[in-house]
Amino acid sequence: MKKSLRTIKRGTGLSAAMLGASALVLAGCGAPPAETEGSAGAEGADYLGCIVSDSGGFDDRSFNQSSYEGLKMAEEDLGIKIQQAESQAETDFVPNVDEMVQSGCDMVLTVGFLLGDVTKEAAKANPETNFAIVDYSDPEFTDNVKPIVYDTAQAAFMAGYLAAGVTETGKVATYGGIQIPTVTIFMDGFADGVKYYNEQKGEDVQLLGWNKERQNGTFVGNFEDQGKGKTNTQNFINEGADIIMPVAGPVGLGTLDAVIEANEGGKEAKVVWVDSDGYESAGKGEEFILTSVMKGMAASVEDVIRTDLEGNFDSTPYVGTLENEGVSLAPFHDQEANVPDELKQELETIKESIISGEITVESEASPK
Amino acid sequence: MSEDEHKHARKKTDEHASEVRLEAMVDTEDGRIAPPPVPATAQSGDLHPEASSQTVGQRIMSGDALVAVLAVVLSLIAGGILIALTDEDVAQTATYFFARPQDMLLAAWSAASEAYLALFQGSVFDYEGETFSRMISPLMQTLTVATPLICAGLGVALAFRAGLFNIGAQGQIIIGATLAAWVGFGLHLPVGIHLLLVIVAGIIGGAIWGGLVGLLKAKTGAHEVILTIMLNYVAIYLVTYLLTTPAFQRPGSSNPISPLLDETAMYPPLFGDAFRLHWGFIVALLATVFVWWLLKRSIIGFELRAVGANPVAARTAGISVTKGYVVVMLIAGALAGLAGVAQVAGTEQVLSSGVAASFGFDAITVALLGRSTPWGTFFAGLLFGAFRAGGVTMQISTGTSIDIVLVVQSLIVLFIAAPPLVRALFHLPEPGKTKGPRSPKGTRSRKPATTGGPA
Repeated sequence: MKKSLRTIKRGTGLSAAMLGASALVLAGCGAPPAETEGSAGAEGADYLGCIVSDSGGFDDRSFNQSSYEGLKMAEEDLGIKIQQAESQAETDFVPNVDEMVQSGCDMVLTVGFLLGDVTKEAAKANPETNFAIVDYSDPEFTDNVKPIVYDTAQAAFMAGYLAAGVTETGKVATYGGIQIPTVTIFMDGFADGVKYYNEQKGEDVQLLGWNKERQNGTFVGNFEDQGKGKTNTQNFINEGADIIMPVAGPVGLGTLDAVIEANEGGKEAKVVWVDSDGYESAGKGEEFILTSVMKGMAASVEDVIRTDLEGNFDSTPYVGTLENEGVSLAPFHDQEANVPDELKQELETIKESIISGEITVESEASPK
Repeated sequence: MSEDEHKHARKKTDEHASEVRLEAMVDTEDGRIAPPPVPATAQSGDLHPEASSQTVGQRIMSGDALVAVLAVVLSLIAGGILIALTDEDVAQTATYFFARPQDMLLAAWSAASEAYLALFQGSVFDYEGETFSRMISPLMQTLTVATPLICAGLGVALAFRAGLFNIGAQGQIIIGATLAAWVGFGLHLPVGIHLLLVIVAGIIGGAIWGGLVGLLKAKTGAHEVILTIMLNYVAIYLVTYLLTTPAFQRPGSSNPISPLLDETAMYPPLFGDAFRLHWGFIVALLATVFVWWLLKRSIIGFELRAVGANPVAARTAGISVTKGYVVVMLIAGALAGLAGVAQVAGTEQVLSSGVAASFGFDAITVALLGRSTPWGTFFAGLLFGAFRAGGVTMQISTGTSIDIVLVVQSLIVLFIAAPPLVRALFHLPEPGKTKGPRSPKGTRSRKPATTGGPA
């Protein structure tokens, strides 16, 4: 046994070495660069912007990722330096934020309500450092914290109205990842949009998967299980829904799978994507994406950093709305033909009415 | 099974006799009885009397402790290579490797060494710290993170010793934390009593979740691995559900996070407010002493070890295997519950669905690395606490992905699970096998009774 182990070890070692050597021969033939290096000078070169993720990490296809992209944009556009820390678990929050403050960050950006307490304490203890937190606001924040929140219900309302106008079966559906305010706010807005359509047109389009009054509905229980997202979607399609809005980060990819299959099977199902424009970011089934309810996180993060860089930091919460384009409805792309011009105009009117306050979109989860 | 129990009801005076009988039994039953489902290395060599007849040097050379240390070393080396491979400078300099090879080698060396230096700086001592408290704060952070790992690791280790593969520490931590947190923010009691109640609640929560497994295994024969995995799911979904109810939410908010625990419900800081380290660490230390006492000095502990070594022999010797399973899982769950208390009443101070992090699963690694001995688990917990604490600094100051730390941890398990591999790499003698010059006494070697393989 032991002998054979050694032989195997030698054999594999040899072939691994061969492989490595050939890879090096192939890869290692370039010319060395000149010894000296030029220095890149930029206006924000002294500014250090830092970001701490929550336990989802920067590749969560959701708010951590979008916020990180915002910081990357600031690095590119404003020439600032950036530093990032991914939290593997909630135990990492305090050391991560603390480490950022210690390493001299000018702005510490934290992501998500889970970091709320940690950010509050750190801001209190370090009045010299500016903080910003995405998707969370707290009246007890000191004046060196800028909350970045979104009234997503406004854009979701438009998506609900659109879905109700486009559906052929008279049924639309939505489901969430975990029942938290940043998720249910999409579902509330969507529900209100459908309801408004019914009131205006005297129709009876049904919404599956969410009951706004009772605040309960269909949830996956996490933001990972794409298989469950697919099953949920298949169930909705079997119950007769033809437009589905998954509010569950990457779980939505399961919905796309189910919708692609349904269309192959002769049914006409569509998806309303969330957070970013799914036509560009989802990577598959683009042609079935009716529209997306977008949260402009990257842009607002960059904006907050630009303001701070200019020395105009303030602690008034940034609330993304239709008016300041912090939230918006994505273009229809391939689905352009399925949306009647009349409906497009109505959507424009609704947008204006929401901005002017004629239509109020209310959700328990709306930022206050 | 219960008939056996009654048949073999014993008097305490028989204890010594049965001990002698049992050791004979363990030896003679060698090879005939199926080994328990726990990895060979998880059970320490305490039951092998031959070990004492070897010289200290031999025992160190062939011992599991050395394998554990070498496994850590090997994993660190492999991790260092990975760090170098994923480093941008290395990738850049590799393109002209043949024109100036020293560039790449230097870049590789500096990538790996800087990362590990940052790991050290973030976990033990920050020599660049401005004040003394900043210098030692990494160590404090390590101890803080190690606290739940030690408690939960002890629970897993104890179950290993009874032959049970307890995957359920995660669920036990969560239930312990939930109950402890509820007592912590739901009740308002005077100083002292409140914290005591919080601890008791955590212990009870964990013990229920663990004891349930022991009971089901003992009464129905259900496999503990399946039971614990399923109960983990039940626990995580239960806490997720509870956090959607107003009783567990902050007034005026619907985020799934509990209110802060009362001041009176929290472990006081151990060395002042500057550090996160709290009295939970002392509790973990006491728990280690308790488990050591339990295993070495108590009757229950002896019975547990006997059940783990060979359930059939233990039953023949008059030990109730049924009772053993229930008792060990109760205690294991209680220890994991203590880890939950350390989280909600010490480190995090709130209950959220991620309160247990991955401690329940890391605890398995900790117990394996600690060879299921109380002090081994304690130090393995410290090591993993250091990895986790240092990983944060490593990630921020050198940009090395924190996932490297996970890879290193996983490699440790891999190497520990395959001791022959480590021995082959370092040309170490096999345990119990005594080679000419190294064994002047020439003791007879026997195969360990607990397993089939060379452990």
